[in-house]
Amino acid sequence: MRHIYWRLIPALFFGVFVIFLWRGLSLNPHALPSTKIGQQLPDFQLSTLDKPSVLSPKTIRGHIALLNVWASWCPACTEEQVFLMQLAHDGLLIYGLNYKDQPIAARQWLQEWGNPYRLIGQDREGRVGIDLGVYGAPETFLIDQQGIIRYRHAGVLNAMVWQNEFVPRIKQLEGHQQRA
Amino acid sequence: MIAELGLFALCWSLVFAMLLVIVPTLGLWYQKPTWCKASGVYVLGQFVFVAIAYLCLTLCFLRNDFTVVYVLTNSSISLPWFYKLCAVWGGHEGSMLLWVAVLSLWMVAVCGLSRGLDDAFRVRVLVVLGGLSVGFLLFLLATSNPFARQFEVLDSVGRDLNPLLQDPGFLFHPPMLYMGYVGFSVAFAFAIAALWMGRVESSWAKWTRPWTLAAWCCLTAGITLGSWWAYRELGWGGWWFWDPVENASFMPWLVGTALIHSLIVSEQRQQFVAWTLLLAICAFSLSLVGTFLVRSGVLTSVHAFAVDPLRGLYILIFLLIVIGGSLVLFALRAHTLQRQDKPDVVSRESALLLNNVFLAVTMLTVLLGTIYPLLIDGLGLGKLSVGAPYFNTLFIILMLPMLLLMGIGVHLRWQRDVLRTVVVRLGWAVILSALLPFVSLMCFDRAMTVPIYAGLALACWVILSTGIALYRRVQRRGLTGLTFAYLGMVIAHLGVAVSVLGITISSGYGIQDDVKMAPGDHIQIAGMHIMFVNEENLTGPNYHGSRTRFDIQDGQRQATIYPEKRVYDVGKMPMTESAIDVTPFRDVYIALGEPLDETAWSIRLYYKPFVRWIWGGGFLILTGGFLALIDRRYYLTRKTHDMVIE
Amino acid sequence: MLKYQRRLIILLMLWLPLGYSNTLYPFSQPKQTAQFNHLLADLRCPVCQNQDLADSNADLAKDLRREVYQLVSEGKSDDDIIRYLTARYGDFILFKPPVKSVTLLLWFGPLLFLGVGLLVFYFTCVRREKHA
Repeated sequence: MRHIYWRLIPALFFGVFVIFLWRGLSLNPHALPSTKIGQQLPDFQLSTLDKPSVLSPKTIRGHIALLNVWASWCPACTEEQVFLMQLAHDGLLIYGLNYKDQPIAARQWLQEWGNPYRLIGQDREGRVGIDLGVYGAPETFLIDQQGIIRYRHAGVLNAMVWQNEFVPRIKQLEGHQQRA
Repeated sequence: MIAELGLFALCWSLVFAMLLVIVPTLGLWYQKPTWCKASGVYVLGQFVFVAIAYLCLTLCFLRNDFTVVYVLTNSSISLPWFYKLCAVWGGHEGSMLLWVAVLSLWMVAVCGLSRGLDDAFRVRVLVVLGGLSVGFLLFLLATSNPFARQFEVLDSVGRDLNPLLQDPGFLFHPPMLYMGYVGFSVAFAFAIAALWMGRVESSWAKWTRPWTLAAWCCLTAGITLGSWWAYRELGWGGWWFWDPVENASFMPWLVGTALIHSLIVSEQRQQFVAWTLLLAICAFSLSLVGTFLVRSGVLTSVHAFAVDPLRGLYILIFLLIVIGGSLVLFALRAHTLQRQDKPDVVSRESALLLNNVFLAVTMLTVLLGTIYPLLIDGLGLGKLSVGAPYFNTLFIILMLPMLLLMGIGVHLRWQRDVLRTVVVRLGWAVILSALLPFVSLMCFDRAMTVPIYAGLALACWVILSTGIALYRRVQRRGLTGLTFAYLGMVIAHLGVAVSVLGITISSGYGIQDDVKMAPGDHIQIAGMHIMFVNEENLTGPNYHGSRTRFDIQDGQRQATIYPEKRVYDVGKMPMTESAIDVTPFRDVYIALGEPLDETAWSIRLYYKPFVRWIWGGGFLILTGGFLALIDRRYYLTRKTHDMVIE
Repeated sequence: MLKYQRRLIILLMLWLPLGYSNTLYPFSQPKQTAQFNHLLADLRCPVCQNQDLADSNADLAKDLRREVYQLVSEGKSDDDIIRYLTARYGDFILFKPPVKSVTLLLWFGPLLFLGVGLLVFYFTCVRREKHA
């Protein structure tokens, strides 16, 4: 009878294995979590697209804001543009990071799809993108009042993602501000 | 119409599979031999209807019936007809249909070729296989219907087969792999049938072995072909990436190898029967787990089919029932098996057991590395990557003792042997193996590192040791004493050594160069002179692009190859068709990167010495397995067995 | 090509244990070329996640190659460069998982398996049961 316990080991091992596989079904192996969450925005100074100004972490500090990474060559960016326009219309501060793009193409794209951005920094070489850990477009960063990155969403920003991920965090940040 | 016919046929095959499971089982319970005998009819019925379904799907492809969703997404009007035949298994639904077709084929073979088996045993084997068929057919009909229709897009030219798959390698690699994966289900069924009966006949191992060998040969062929195809097609000069799906084929192969060796011990000495049963269950379980990993989206892979967690859930439940059930059955029933004397520490049995220990540990290591990212992510501990550096390091460490053991094991006698006699016999082989690697220094202008030395020395060791074993056997029993089984063993082991040589030399002494070249430029690499001659436009049946010409001057030999850059008309995907100048002792591999300016390209050049030996070795392993499979003792004894019963 | 250049290339090849020569990214010292190539092979492309940085054609891979090239030219060590990249992309970008507490099981698991296997071997073939 003693031998039965030894022989049950493969079955038990398999059981644990199946549990992890089942867990794996609800995970997304492609998605990369950002390593920058909880850290200050990296230092950068970018010329802006439309106005003769400069985009840097200092510009963004002071309010809760979104930093949206986009490009005219990115087809998925068109999908979120309507939603971003809506958010801007409702008073949210959105800054744009024009990622590895040409200014003429970018301006044309904005004319066609709308411009929700307070300011747009031109990251022609993609260097700022690398510092932020950007691995594709579109991506959206949630920045708090002190300039700290609180969340990064990789992919199209839609109502569902906004409600589930951004709204609760924004509420929390506003709560902190009120208490401070 | 044809698609509906195919679907109808699939339903009928499910009916037959269900009958196969229910009727003979009841026949065994109520002791009705006619019900048991009916299993043959049901197997045939299932096979005929699955074959009809498969033919229907093929016809849909050949007739460009784009109202069938699967044809729409995997074919196009301009796709050449032979690729249309392969496109049938180009996507998830069709490949599952291929799986079921191959399973039905194996079932017919088991039905027809195992007259020597005890009837009660054979019925159980077929019932188990029928159960597996039910699972897969239900999966097809419920979640992966290849005959699903769509009537929105009526004037499409088709979305085309992925250009990477439009290659002759695609004709052979998946069917061979599936023959292997599914073939292990036969060994699995044999194991479950034995546990079900509550006893293992002394001849069980003998009957299981040819089926296992056949499946293992197919899997070896599939893996070798896959590696060769990746090398030709992918443009990066690599031939093994430790991609999760590659690992999913390698793990059953490792366990299959262990199983073959364990069957030898069980057959000759009636020992380790429990281990053999467990290995038989594991081999097929790993095939199933591999199916899960590829189709559920749980892991990132180049090979992954279109992902659907619902399908993943179905397969997972199926895994739980089949593997979980069989492992529990094993736990409960394995103690009813025969037990014999323990073999000595130094004996062929112990060497084979140790060999199997290493194979099992290697399999577990590959499994661990493959699912570790999933494990860590599942526990919420972050995202990790486990890639080639991990696998290469550990695999080499584990392979070295196995190669060493391979050389010793063939010389040991059954039950008990003395290590000293073996060591004395092989002494000069050891010395030669330690010295021969230095010869390579004369042929290649490169430094020899420790891994290269180890690989070369051990490969020489296996070759010399196996040669000595062969010589001694011929000495003792003459040339007629060489059975196919023994010859098969020799050739397969030599094949392993040849592959190791190929891997060691091509990885250790190969040269890679990334350069910018324009027409007229030339470069020296490994004593060869390579010139980029010209570039011209290119149009093919379903693609267009650029074709370049490179001339290679290698000593006396001159060769010309044409690397291409293609853009497929339908998918607009750019593909690199690398060109290879092949000789038995080295490859020159040239792939076009991107156009850098008006005329120049970024070119990747490889000098790969002995790289063909990797697949040559694989082919030798395959041949060895095949020889062992056709050994006469399986046919001769079968007749005497019948005579004894009468 | 000049005889001198030909000889130089052959000489360079003698000193490159990895046999790489990436003239798209030229270095002043062959040691740097070796470092560059072995780093690229160990880094995962975050976009084409089944390829390393040496092989991937993704835009980001090109940018990251350029970053690594710059860092190697500046004389940074392997550890510095890896830290630079993992600070931005996490451990995910390493194909060779670092030996941390989280990966202990990964690196020492095989040793554990081997230990268990050898124990099985011991109980099966070495230890003799005590007969009455």
